[in-house]
Amino acid sequence: MTTAIELADLGRAYGERVALAGVSLTLPAGSTLVVFGPNGAGKSTLLRILATLLRPTTGTVRVLGGELPREAWKVRGRVGLLGHEPMLYRELSARENLRYHARLHGVAAERVDELLDAVGLGARAGDPISTYSRGMVQRAAAARAVLHDPELLLLDEPRANLDPAAAEALEPLLTGTTERPRTRVVTSHDPAGGLAEADVALGLRDGRPVLLGPAADVTVEQIGALYR
Amino acid sequence: MSVLAALLRKELRLELRTFESVPGMVLFSLTIFVVFHFGLDRASVEGDLAAGILVVTLLFAGMLGLNRLYVADEEQGGFDGFLLAPVDRTWLFVAKAIALFAYLVALEIVMVPAFALLLLEPGLGQALPELALVLALTNAGFAIIAALVGAIAVRTRARDLLGPLIALPLLVPVVIAAAGLLEPLLRETGAGGLDAKWLAILGLYDLVFGLLSVAVFDPLLED
Amino acid sequence: MHGKGLRGLSVATIVVLVGAFAVAAFYAPLDADQGFRQKIFYLHVPLAIVALVGFIVGGLLAIQHLRTREPIWDLRSYVAIHISLILGVAVLVTGAIWAKTSWGVWWLWDEPTLVSFLIVFLLYGTYTPMRFAIEDRERQARYASVFAITAGAFVPICFGAVRAQPQEVHPQTFGSGELPGPMWLTFLLCLAGMALLFYTLYRFEIATKLARGRLRSLRRQLLDDAPVQRRSAAPII
Repeated sequence: MTTAIELADLGRAYGERVALAGVSLTLPAGSTLVVFGPNGAGKSTLLRILATLLRPTTGTVRVLGGELPREAWKVRGRVGLLGHEPMLYRELSARENLRYHARLHGVAAERVDELLDAVGLGARAGDPISTYSRGMVQRAAAARAVLHDPELLLLDEPRANLDPAAAEALEPLLTGTTERPRTRVVTSHDPAGGLAEADVALGLRDGRPVLLGPAADVTVEQIGALYR
Repeated sequence: MSVLAALLRKELRLELRTFESVPGMVLFSLTIFVVFHFGLDRASVEGDLAAGILVVTLLFAGMLGLNRLYVADEEQGGFDGFLLAPVDRTWLFVAKAIALFAYLVALEIVMVPAFALLLLEPGLGQALPELALVLALTNAGFAIIAALVGAIAVRTRARDLLGPLIALPLLVPVVIAAAGLLEPLLRETGAGGLDAKWLAILGLYDLVFGLLSVAVFDPLLED
Repeated sequence: MHGKGLRGLSVATIVVLVGAFAVAAFYAPLDADQGFRQKIFYLHVPLAIVALVGFIVGGLLAIQHLRTREPIWDLRSYVAIHISLILGVAVLVTGAIWAKTSWGVWWLWDEPTLVSFLIVFLLYGTYTPMRFAIEDRERQARYASVFAITAGAFVPICFGAVRAQPQEVHPQTFGSGELPGPMWLTFLLCLAGMALLFYTLYRFEIATKLARGRLRSLRRQLLDDAPVQRRSAAPII
C-alpha cells in the first residue's frame, strides 16, 4: 500500500462551529506531512480524526487503507498519537503506564524497558509520572506513542517542553527505521524547522487549508503569513 | 481476556495508590449510620428498618463510588489512550463494573460489622452466608448501573449531580429486592429464609441490565 | 411539506376525545363503591398507558438512531419521550386527584402502578437535563439514545418489581378483575382518544422542529444570516 492518507473534502463541525473544512490531500507512505497554522486553526482536530478518535462530519477519510469511521477497527493499533495530553496516569510510574498500554496493544513487556532506556528514562522508570518534569513527561508520552511500532505516527508539537538535546535524542524513535520509514503527520509552529523535515506542507487557518503542496514549493514567508 | 486483566490491574493499582474511592465510601457510610441514629432517635434497629437502613446506606455510598469511577480517565487522558488500542471497548465497561463491585465488597467488610455494632439488634451471625449472597447480588446491580451511568455522566457538566440523579431511579428495583431479602435475615426473633421471589427479581435485574449495558456501552466512548 | 395531514389528524383527535369523554361521563355505568369519582379512571389509566408506551417507543426509536446515526431518529425519539413526560405530569396529577377523592389522601404508596409510574417519571425527568449538559450535538444525540434504550428497558422491570411487593388490603381499581362490558368499551374508547392525542402532538412537534430547522438553513444559505446557536437540549435538524 503506497498511500498512507487520502482526504477528500474533510470537514468537522461542532454544531454550528466549523473546526475543519474542505481539507483534501494525499500522502504517500513513508513521507512526512507537516501542518502549520495558528492556535485554533484545526491542527489538533485533524490529528484526532486521523487517529480515529474523532468522526468527520463531512468528506471522506482513508487512513492506511481503511475508511473512517466505518473501518476504524482496521486502523486502530497501527496509528500512534502524541497529543497535547500525555495519556499517562499521574499516580502510576512510566513503566506501569507503558506496560498497561503494551498489554492493550499486545506488545511484549521487554519492549517497554527498551523504549524507556531509549528515551533516557530508564533510571526513573519506576517513579510516578507526577514526579516527572515536563520534559520527562513528554519523553514518556513519546515512548507510549511508538510502543506498538505504528505505521502512521501523529505528532502534535512533539518538541514542546523538550530541550534541543532531548528533542534530538527522540528523533530516531519518531522517524522509524530506514527499511520501514514511518509515515508522519506533525504539527509545527516553526516554519524553517518544520519545512526542513516535511515532504508535504499544509497550512491551516480557521479550519480551512490555505496552503498545500510539496515542501520544496512552499516558502517560510508563506507560512509566516498564516499567522497574520 | 488479557485486555480485561490489564484494565483491572490498572484500576485496582490506581485505587491502591490514590485511595480515591473506598476510604471515602467507608467514612461516608459510618457517618450515615450515626445520622440515622439521631434522625430516627433509635439505639437499635431490626427487621425491615434494619434492612432499609443497610440498603440505603450502601446505595448512597455506592453513588460516591459512581462519581469517582471514571474521573481519573476523563482528567488524565485515559479514555484516549484506551480508545487508540485495537481492543473491544466493552471491556472497559466490564472492568469498571468489576472494580466497583470490588470496592463495594471492601466497603461492606467494614460497613456491615460496623452496622452490627452500632445499630443492629440481632447478631449478624444468624444468617451470614445468606447475607453474603444478597449483598453480592446487590453489589452486582449497583456496579452494572454505576459503570453505565458513570460513563454517561462523566463527560457532561454537573457530572456529580447527574450521575446519581439518573442512577437512583434505575436502582429502585434493586433497593426493593435487597430490602425484601434482608428483612427476614435481620429479624430480632431469629433469621427467616431468603424469599425466592426477590432473589429471582434481583438476579433477573442483574442479568437484563448487564446484557443491556454491554450492548449500548460502545456508542458512549466514540468520541 | 412538513405537517401534512395534521389538520385532519387534529380534527379526528378532537372528535374521538370529546366523544370518549362524553361516553365516559354519561354512558358508562357508575361504579358501585365510588360513584362518579371513579370516572377519573377513564382519564388517568389511558394517559398512563399511552405515556408508558411512548417511553418505550422512544427507546425503540433510539435503537434506530444508534443503528443508522441519522439525526431524524434522534428527533423522533426525543419528541416521543418529551410528549410522554408531559402526559406523565397529567398522569401523576390525575392519580393524585383520584387518590384524594377516593381515599382522602393525595398519594398512595399502595397503588403499585402509580408508584412505578413515579419512579419511571423521575428517571425520564433527567433526560432533558442530561441532554442540556452535553454541548456537542452528535454526542448529545448518541448519549440520549443510550439513555432512552436503558430507560425503555427499565419501564417493565420497574413495574414488575414494584408490583411484586406484598400489597395492603386496598382494592385496586386498576388492574383488578373483570370490568363489565360498557366499562370496557368506554375505556377502550378513551384509550384510543389518548393514543390519537399523543400521535397528533408528536406529529405537530416534529413538524415544527423540522420546519424551524429548514427555515434556519435557508436563512443561512440565502441571507447569510445565521443566528447564534444557543445551547439546547432539543435536537436541531
